[in-house]
Amino acid sequence: MAIFIDKETRVLVQGITGKEGQFHTRQCQDYGTRIVAGVTPGKGGQKMDGIPVFNSVEEACAKTGANATMIFVPPPFAAEAILEAVDADMELAVCITEGIPVLDMLRVKSAMAGKRTRLIGPNCPGIITPGACKIGIMPGSIHLAGGPVGVVSRSGTLTYEVVHQLTSQGLGQTTCLGIGGDPINGTSFIDCLLAFQDDPETQGVVMVGEIGGSAEEEAAAWIAAHMNKPVVGFIAGLTAPPGKRMGHAGAIVSGGRGTAAAKLAAMRENDIHVCENLGNLGSLCKDVFSAVLS
Amino acid sequence: MKIHEYQAKELFRQAGIPVPDGQVCYDREKIPSLIANLNMPVAIKAQVLAGGRGKGGGVILAHTTKEAQAAAEKILGMQLVTLQTGEEGTAVKTILFEQGIQLKKELYLSMLIDREQADIVIIASRDGGMDIETVASKTPERIITVHVNPLLGLQSYQLRKLIFGLELDPAVTKSFATLVKKLFTLFLNSDCSLVEINPLAITVEDTVMALDAKMEIDSNSLFRHPDITAMHDSSEDDALEAAAAAHGLNYIRLGGTIGSMVNGAGLAMATMDLIKQAGVEPANFLDVGGGASAEMVENGFRIILSDPNVRGIFINIFGGILRCDILAQGVVTAARKVGLSLPVVVRMEGTNMEEGREILAQSGLDLTNATDLNHAASLLTEMVQ
Repeated sequence: MAIFIDKETRVLVQGITGKEGQFHTRQCQDYGTRIVAGVTPGKGGQKMDGIPVFNSVEEACAKTGANATMIFVPPPFAAEAILEAVDADMELAVCITEGIPVLDMLRVKSAMAGKRTRLIGPNCPGIITPGACKIGIMPGSIHLAGGPVGVVSRSGTLTYEVVHQLTSQGLGQTTCLGIGGDPINGTSFIDCLLAFQDDPETQGVVMVGEIGGSAEEEAAAWIAAHMNKPVVGFIAGLTAPPGKRMGHAGAIVSGGRGTAAAKLAAMRENDIHVCENLGNLGSLCKDVFSAVLS
Repeated sequence: MKIHEYQAKELFRQAGIPVPDGQVCYDREKIPSLIANLNMPVAIKAQVLAGGRGKGGGVILAHTTKEAQAAAEKILGMQLVTLQTGEEGTAVKTILFEQGIQLKKELYLSMLIDREQADIVIIASRDGGMDIETVASKTPERIITVHVNPLLGLQSYQLRKLIFGLELDPAVTKSFATLVKKLFTLFLNSDCSLVEINPLAITVEDTVMALDAKMEIDSNSLFRHPDITAMHDSSEDDALEAAAAAHGLNYIRLGGTIGSMVNGAGLAMATMDLIKQAGVEPANFLDVGGGASAEMVENGFRIILSDPNVRGIFINIFGGILRCDILAQGVVTAARKVGLSLPVVVRMEGTNMEEGREILAQSGLDLTNATDLNHAASLLTEMVQ
């Protein structure tokens, strides 16, 4: 078990013939992901490393049975690429693209209501179930298969740091995913926590947040009300100055809201094990999760 | 991206939203001739991107041409200090002369993206001209909020909620509704993340008019707005932040003594926090991007070294796919090229880590390898002692 993806997931890549698309398609394939198709409008009929390329998502799904898509389409066209995946009734769309206009994402989010497609991202590293399937740009080698820890994060390289520390402590992962650094995204912290709560293999969760918005506060309240697995929380950006966007479009403290201090306070109030110092995250997880494992 | 009031008002005008007649002035010598063509009273307003201009002395209402002349001369060229500019303030390079308006009432109106509800929120209040945060905390019942679905757009009942909530005189409801609809269209068409009119005047003729205009455009959307991109006033950018942006680097100056260079925004923030926890102040946020090429590292060094406060540098690169030997070679080459003389702590993870560490150790430069983040933190503490 794991969440959202497993060995059976059949992946297509939107934007497979671009530089990033090609590179990461190969990386995913090397990891063992079943890449079954690519989509680049106008390049239908070609092949990329033997992977058939189609003109549309609908056609690619019909011919290959793909049920998940990894999107590497540039920002001006990425929102439409997501809509195309939704229209083709894909189960999962993972959008890596950074820099999609916020209004585009508002429209996409509205249009997705009532549809079955789960969107992860945009502006995210993707999702990996170690040893089974990787849909994204994260380095596969740092992961340790078999659980018991689930990881959910708003960041990319910070997630790799967290995973690396877990692996160094001998703590494997069930599924690790980045939900993206943009203000409007698809899958939320709570969606992931709910899935981890329901996943028998996941015994505990690491949740990595950052400044901006109130998703961490909402997740903390949800954890207190619904979760019986231990959660370790970390928030980046304690030293971030207000009013400045810290790299991610969504990482901004504005009008006194979205501060790291407020998020950490909400985590503490809701019995989340707060990691104060990133250097100690792995050892804290070892302490917290050993208790449930033994 | 923020734009100036006069630029926002130009967009308002094009969208059919009433604004007072105005004249922009960049040149002190042109002040007398501009004033000669204006009817008194006239407002003289500093055009800077920071808020709080009024309290900082950047807005003056003049009743005579003599007063207008004096006010314009005072504001144009002044170093305007507001709550948002910091102590050094911002130089006023542009002023706006604006026709005084006879008004009955001042309202507040804004539109912005609500990230939690994933829609556009319209906020209105009959307490115009005041700080809206204060109104919201002291008299929340005087704030009216409407959430608009981005696909459905503004509905009539939502307009009515604003109109009844503001207790508007029936004589102005129609022009108010028209203004809100036009502003909403402008918000969508220009990819705004914020539009704020404070105050929105109800004039003695029962018309509505935007006396102020604040607009922020979603930077991710600029590729489809060349006209708005051209409005960017780079003179108000931090010079180092602008130089970094030109190299595709994300840099924010913080004022401390330990510079940092990190790949990825989340890790860069966490690295700043780690520096602070090690007992030293971070000099900057610097995200060189997920990949971190040798060229990026070189440019990153140059940007960090342009900050005279920096006493040491912490490079924290989590490569993964990136090979550490290539990264280390890049760091060494870049350090030699820029003539680096400050101590550097390097923490890197990724393929070929041992080879990477060897390259740093053999370089003869003041580059110290940190085995993990805690080791890096203790090295940083030592560095400043």
